[in-house]
Amino acid sequence: MINLTIDGKQVQAESGMTILQAAKANGIEIPTFCYDPALSKAGACRICVVEVEGARLLAAACVAPIYEGMVVHTNSEKVQKSRRINLELLWANHNQDCLTCEKAGECKLQELCYKYGVTESRFEGKKRNLPIFDDNPFYIRDYNKCINCGKCIRACQEIQINETYDFVDRGFNTHPDTAYRVDLMAKESPCVFCGNCVAVCPTGALTSKINRGTFRTWEVEKKVKTTCTYCGCGCGLELNVIGNKVVRVTPDLSGTTPNEHGALCTKGRFGFDFINREDRLTNPLIKENGKFRKASWEEALDLIASKLKGIADVNGGNSLMFLSSARTTNEENYLMQKLSRAVFKTNNVDHCARL
Amino acid sequence: MNYIETDGVKIVLRNFGKIDPLKVEEYVARGGYESLKKALTAMTPEAVIEEVKASGLRGRGGAGFPTGLKWSFTKKDADQKYIVCNADEGEPGTAKDRLIMTGDPHGLIEGMAIAGYAIGATKGFIYCRGEYTTSINTLNHAINQARENGFLGENLFGTDFTFNLEVRSGAGAYVCGEETALIESIEGHRGMPRFKPPFPGGAGLWGKPTVVNNVETLANVPVILDKGADWYKSIGTEKSAGTKIFILCGNLRNTGALELPFGMTVREVMETYGGGLLTGRDLQMVHLGGAASGIMPPALIDTPLTYEDLQAVGQGLGSGVILAIDDQKDFMSYICSNTHFFEHESCGKCTPCREGTARINEILHRIAAGDGTLEDLDNLKDLGEMMQISALCGLGQAAPTPVLTSLEHFMDKYVEAVSGKKNEVNEEAVATEAIHKSYYEAAPIKLD
Amino acid sequence: MAGLAASFGSGAMTNSISEFSKAKCIFVIGSNTTETHPIISLQIKKAVKYNGAKLIVADPRRIDLIDFADVWMRHKSGTDVALFNGMMHVILKEGLADEEFIKERTEKFDELKAVVDKYTPEYASEITGVPAEDIIEAARIYASAENSSIAYAMGITQHTCGVDNVRSSANLAMVTGNMGKEGTGVNPLRGQNNVQGACDMGALNAVYTGYQKVTLPAVKEKFEKAWGVEGLSDKPGYTVTSSFAAVEEGKVKGMFIMGENPMVSDPNTGHIEHCLKALDFLVVQDIFLTPTAQLADVVLPAATFAEKEGTFTNTERRVLKVRQAINPIGNSKPDWKILCEIATCCGYPMDYANAEEIFEEIASVTPSYGGISYDRIEETGGLAWPCPTKDHPGTKFLHKGKFARGLGEFKGIEWKAPAENPDDAYPLILSTGRSLFHYHTGSMTRRAKALDEYLPKNRVEINPAKAAELGIANGEQVKISTRRGEVVTEAYVTERVPEHTIFLLFHFEEAAANRLTNNALDPVCGIPEYKACAAKIEKIS
Repeated sequence: MINLTIDGKQVQAESGMTILQAAKANGIEIPTFCYDPALSKAGACRICVVEVEGARLLAAACVAPIYEGMVVHTNSEKVQKSRRINLELLWANHNQDCLTCEKAGECKLQELCYKYGVTESRFEGKKRNLPIFDDNPFYIRDYNKCINCGKCIRACQEIQINETYDFVDRGFNTHPDTAYRVDLMAKESPCVFCGNCVAVCPTGALTSKINRGTFRTWEVEKKVKTTCTYCGCGCGLELNVIGNKVVRVTPDLSGTTPNEHGALCTKGRFGFDFINREDRLTNPLIKENGKFRKASWEEALDLIASKLKGIADVNGGNSLMFLSSARTTNEENYLMQKLSRAVFKTNNVDHCARL
Repeated sequence: MNYIETDGVKIVLRNFGKIDPLKVEEYVARGGYESLKKALTAMTPEAVIEEVKASGLRGRGGAGFPTGLKWSFTKKDADQKYIVCNADEGEPGTAKDRLIMTGDPHGLIEGMAIAGYAIGATKGFIYCRGEYTTSINTLNHAINQARENGFLGENLFGTDFTFNLEVRSGAGAYVCGEETALIESIEGHRGMPRFKPPFPGGAGLWGKPTVVNNVETLANVPVILDKGADWYKSIGTEKSAGTKIFILCGNLRNTGALELPFGMTVREVMETYGGGLLTGRDLQMVHLGGAASGIMPPALIDTPLTYEDLQAVGQGLGSGVILAIDDQKDFMSYICSNTHFFEHESCGKCTPCREGTARINEILHRIAAGDGTLEDLDNLKDLGEMMQISALCGLGQAAPTPVLTSLEHFMDKYVEAVSGKKNEVNEEAVATEAIHKSYYEAAPIKLD
Repeated sequence: MAGLAASFGSGAMTNSISEFSKAKCIFVIGSNTTETHPIISLQIKKAVKYNGAKLIVADPRRIDLIDFADVWMRHKSGTDVALFNGMMHVILKEGLADEEFIKERTEKFDELKAVVDKYTPEYASEITGVPAEDIIEAARIYASAENSSIAYAMGITQHTCGVDNVRSSANLAMVTGNMGKEGTGVNPLRGQNNVQGACDMGALNAVYTGYQKVTLPAVKEKFEKAWGVEGLSDKPGYTVTSSFAAVEEGKVKGMFIMGENPMVSDPNTGHIEHCLKALDFLVVQDIFLTPTAQLADVVLPAATFAEKEGTFTNTERRVLKVRQAINPIGNSKPDWKILCEIATCCGYPMDYANAEEIFEEIASVTPSYGGISYDRIEETGGLAWPCPTKDHPGTKFLHKGKFARGLGEFKGIEWKAPAENPDDAYPLILSTGRSLFHYHTGSMTRRAKALDEYLPKNRVEINPAKAAELGIANGEQVKISTRRGEVVTEAYVTERVPEHTIFLLFHFEEAAANRLTNNALDPVCGIPEYKACAAKIEKIS
């Protein structure tokens, strides 16, 4: 263990930790943009700078290792001033449409400007003024809101193990983009629309198109952790709910799910809107003269019970076949085989494991 | 570029003009590769490091870090280590490394092999500025000759030491002179600096312990081993041992490069070798050390050219370029050309530099155009000071230095500019290559 | 699953998903992992990019994973057994086998040796079309790595020789001792979210939960007691595929289908439709009016995963929680509630208050689930079976120290050609599979706006050389026919498929691949041969 002083408090932290980790372990929060525990470190945004006694420069807490006897000030006048100027610089080069931005309420830039009282910038001037890329059905890229944290690039390379993005241009014009700036739908683009980049974006630069413009982030009533309904990976995810509608999927970052870092694929992240589709079956249907009509549960269940029992009574339970489902829960599969075996005394139960 | 002959002792340019750089035998005839042989056959790697430490050699790229100390910080246990030569000479007006590479390439190769032996690196890279085609060709030629003559390759001088060398080149980014950006570039990535620590000595090229030294630094090494640390230390001053290549440029009668022991003042060098200013002109300022160094007012030109004396007055030696600017040059145009340069050369990785260099340039243009305010001057100071302590790498930390030092020494010119005086902004003077023009206008230096 | 159960005694993924990133060699065969198991593919790619792992891929198609592969063996569809045998021949010949493992942990090695002996790389090359040197290199890499893992999916199993293929992969793992250790094993990647769970729960014709055989009297007695009934059947029932034949024969007259869509997912759709229409009574319970539901007499509206509580067991045997986010839409109900109501109406009251009560009953009758409870899943994020007791931490990888069946069983297997081979009338091999952007029969993803916008219609992959020969240009309408039926779709000219193979997705009911596929089955497990049947393709002018 290393002994150090953070904000006047004597604390201990594990050797090898960064200042950010040591502070967090001791209940001291340091703001970050480009840091993400799931990704390699960049040390680029410089919003996490802190003052280390004896050092000429401020240290980026996300990458600076701690040492014995270190004295750190995470919120000194010097630190606050640096962070404020940093935010002023970002704000001056930001398309400031917070009123209608999809990210409003969850934007890290918005949050920190609020926290540090940055209401305007002394450095207003030119802006990047790039086109908005709306070139695919899944997400929109508006680099006029990008703060160049580079998390999208690293998420693509390190979580998705893909190479869709890197920084292009340089200096003031630097921003992430695709190789040769091809559209994401172009044949040359390796993007598979997993949206892991969208999930890590701290601002409104990368935003989902699903249910866009229909809800504000603060209207989300609850985020329910559950398991994806698609393939056998069993990824954890969060269903975001407003009213009785699932409005979006966010990653489950609890670290205990089979999908490391809460990574999802395109279906898991963008393929949930079937849930509230208008053509969902909402009532039992009974076919009469070749056409379906709505029926009550009571009527439908009675009909099913009498028909199944009728066939079993005449031809034996083995004349019935029960197709269970790899799409439903364990509990439901259990009941299905119990229904066939205990009620109709037949082992004619199976599901589509082989298909 | 002009080479200015001097009477004094020569170290890194000892062979310049005296040998055919394309003939290894001529280098050998002047004692070449003897130091490498001595190191490999008669010295331990630790002894080599000790000798370099004792010589007082400091990095000639600009930062002036003690070379022997840097070598000794290299991580000991590693399956592979690298020595990398920073030959990405991008500092405006600076062409000192080019003189070595084109005039005495084997001096650099020998220095690298010795450095490799000292730190335990079997492989070296020379990262050469892409525009330096002659340097690249000369180095490749020399490397082949060295290999053919047993100065590079396996089992050098019958020992079990193996050392190979390769030239890599960049595509023209100032930031690739920053050692970690240079490493990224060699690895094939976009030239963006890494955060430190880890320093290259711990984890550098491909994650392996790596020492990055400037061309001029490495070219000193064979001479130090040949003549000994005591001899070397006797040249220059106590804290600035040896010689340095200086480049005189700007509004002087004579311009060019010359090797001098540390210790002469700025004024002495400009007058003795530069021939002073043109008749009837007064010195406005000296930009010493390169684009990212401080602006020196005439009052400070009696400062000796040593690491310690310059530091004491808030200035720096940088790459050794001495740019004299006379009173005919428009002050704001020069400052704007400098800030334009940094906006153009910022790699864009960290916020303070990416956004800050652009805003400094924007504000200065506003001031130059007569639209500035006193608040702008405060804002420049705030922003510049923030960049100095918060930017990721040396580029962003040093970029505001000319602005901050000129605010300190030339406040009257700024106040005049924001007090309603409408300047004619010379747009040509702030164009992309303007800073190079500033350096070269008196005696154009052609790139090879 | 039958294949692995025979070799090892347990038919499930032997190791866990996260272990792929720790393997030093991964051999992927018959799995287009990046598209069908995207998140598992991340672990494989990570192993290669960040952990120095070697990747061997065997696939007739040039799948995306090949970008990461050290060796790609483009074997002919249906020649997997020969490929495995060829690799094992090299391993035995070059002394790369794990003699000690074979001796201590397995039996019937001689039987394997006798068969593998003739599969020289040259002979295997002749059958598979893979250059002999690639087979040799793959064998060396797989056998020499510190820990090697095999991953496969339906590309291996959906053949008439599916069980042979699986047993061959088990042979390979055992020959090299790559079993029962971290980052090793034979890992079938299960295709559907809860296909592992459905199997575990006994939604199979021959076993109760936890693979307890219906034929064993003790098991029968146990369940009779647990369920308070008498006269449970001790005869295995029909499988999905055999049940349709039984309908034709008049033996099955009523069918209850929950959450399945055989009209799109099952082979030879024409035959399926005929059978479903022949039933006296068909109930379909689903969330949408699928092509199968349209044939039903009664349709019951079920709730989606977002509207109910429960558990899924993922491909790595891990029991995970499904939590209710919204109320069931309209008058729909969770499937478990509907099943309870049907049972009750049929005179067998099922009155579970919630899904957790059902799970408690499952744990009480299923030894491998015995230690799992909702509380423990909440605490841990999910437990992998076997987890027999409340204090058992779950099992990350199987067969440590000892196989579930005791000794691992080798089986010498000769290569057999697919049931239907290309001929003059149908000169191409048709293979079917999935896209990243759709799921199974498409009833959900075709209704997910972005996914359907991305890939709104089917297309058939055809090699440029073959396309040129037939005068077919990219994007043109083509007709694909087999002995079962025909489908009209768009041509996608691509090097992804070899010259004599065409590939079609099966998500699209309007261009349903299964109108074409062969309902020939593996004789042991009854899986249909989706990955190879004879077909022809013509331009529609």
